[in-house]
Amino acid sequence: MERHLDEEFDQLKEKLLRMAALTEEAISLAITSLKERKENLAQQVLKQEEDIDVLDVELDKLCLTLLARHQPMAVDLRFLTSVLRISSELERIADQAVNIAQRSLELLKSPTLKPLIDIPRMAQLAKKMVKDAIDAFIQKDTELAKNVCERDDEVDDLNDQIFRELLTYMLQDPSSIKKAVDLILVGRHLERIADHATNISENVIYFVKGKTIKHHCEHI
Amino acid sequence: MVTKAKIETKNVNFYYGNKQALKNINVICAEHKVTALIGPSGCGKSTFIRTLNRMNDVIPSARVTGEILLDNENINQPRIDVVELRKKIGMVFQKPNPFPKSIFNNIAYGLRINGIKNKRNLEEIVENSLSEAALWNEVKDRLDDNAFSLSGGQQQRLCIARSLAIEPEVILFDEPCSAIDPVATAKIEDLIHKLKENYTVVIVTHNMQQAARISDYTAFMMLGELIEFDNTDKIFTNPSNKLTEDYITGRFG
Repeated sequence: MERHLDEEFDQLKEKLLRMAALTEEAISLAITSLKERKENLAQQVLKQEEDIDVLDVELDKLCLTLLARHQPMAVDLRFLTSVLRISSELERIADQAVNIAQRSLELLKSPTLKPLIDIPRMAQLAKKMVKDAIDAFIQKDTELAKNVCERDDEVDDLNDQIFRELLTYMLQDPSSIKKAVDLILVGRHLERIADHATNISENVIYFVKGKTIKHHCEHI
Repeated sequence: MVTKAKIETKNVNFYYGNKQALKNINVICAEHKVTALIGPSGCGKSTFIRTLNRMNDVIPSARVTGEILLDNENINQPRIDVVELRKKIGMVFQKPNPFPKSIFNNIAYGLRINGIKNKRNLEEIVENSLSEAALWNEVKDRLDDNAFSLSGGQQQRLCIARSLAIEPEVILFDEPCSAIDPVATAKIEDLIHKLKENYTVVIVTHNMQQAARISDYTAFMMLGELIEFDNTDKIFTNPSNKLTEDYITGRFG
């Protein structure tokens, strides 16, 4: 017999998936706005963030109600605390997407410094990490979660590379500094998104195995 | 994982006639800790707790094998004086069962049988026991009233006071809160938490949240077998056994 609690959990999962989908979309919109120089896409990110915040609050409320009413144990307890943490990670990812959109709006005011190659690549990687982390949670797939954690280094390397490249631009032409700093910040925001995806994956492993692996991901 | 073992059972088997009710139970009840026994109805948890002070002796067809060590001495042997044993291991039952006597005499009765006749001495022990059971302030002005005039929760605390009066080392609780309301339950739980400073506590409970709240170690039993025994924190956040997981998350039982 299906437990009443399972139905409530399904509702939570559904909301979390909706929040994740909106968050991933926000990352794409922010980067596309920057790459294709479309202001309206950046504005859309700012608007979308409000919906994500609403979902974050709703998820918090639902989780707390379920904790109080069902006093769940073991895997149920780990599921609920994981949803609480994952939703706040998603909310912060959405904040980073907003930061990128704001940089984009700033950069759109003047001609491009250079064609963007590494930043869209980095965005693709970070976004895939978020998607896979959420998939791993829903499917209880610890291998996928572990794989997400490992991909974080790749994003970090790209970020360093972007920084070095933009540094040379700034050294050659001080008038490029403002634009270059904005782009460096975009890299930094993407790097943070990948960190949040890693946190989500660590939570997946805690949820499934009851093992805490955060702060030393390599010893999984 | 356990500090000093106050009680340790080794391969305890229990039979009601031909029916085996406990199978190879190995549990350690650590000194000054609370050990909780949980499991579905009929899993043997009450049978098990009753082996610890030989309460099953009164059942004609009952048979126990294996060792039950209290401070490393096997109490599961004929030469053990069960009256002396039960002085060391007190018990509190599901339904409050005060004697049909005054509040004072409920506690003094056992003391008089044990040779304490001096009035001042008796009064002192009665007050201390009632205080330790967190009941003194509620009954100090009505010690001569019949014990049945107390509420269910108060009666249960009186029974706890009665068992404390003869200075046991271990107290067994067999579902002590199943017949009392939530406020009285909370009082008993607070009391159990305090009692472990001076006593070793073993409790059978149907209420998993209660086990999670008050115990240091939890044993999960099913069909006469010990399925899992571990720190309470571990059992309720990340049990090792699938059966434990299913039971405590309400998937069966």
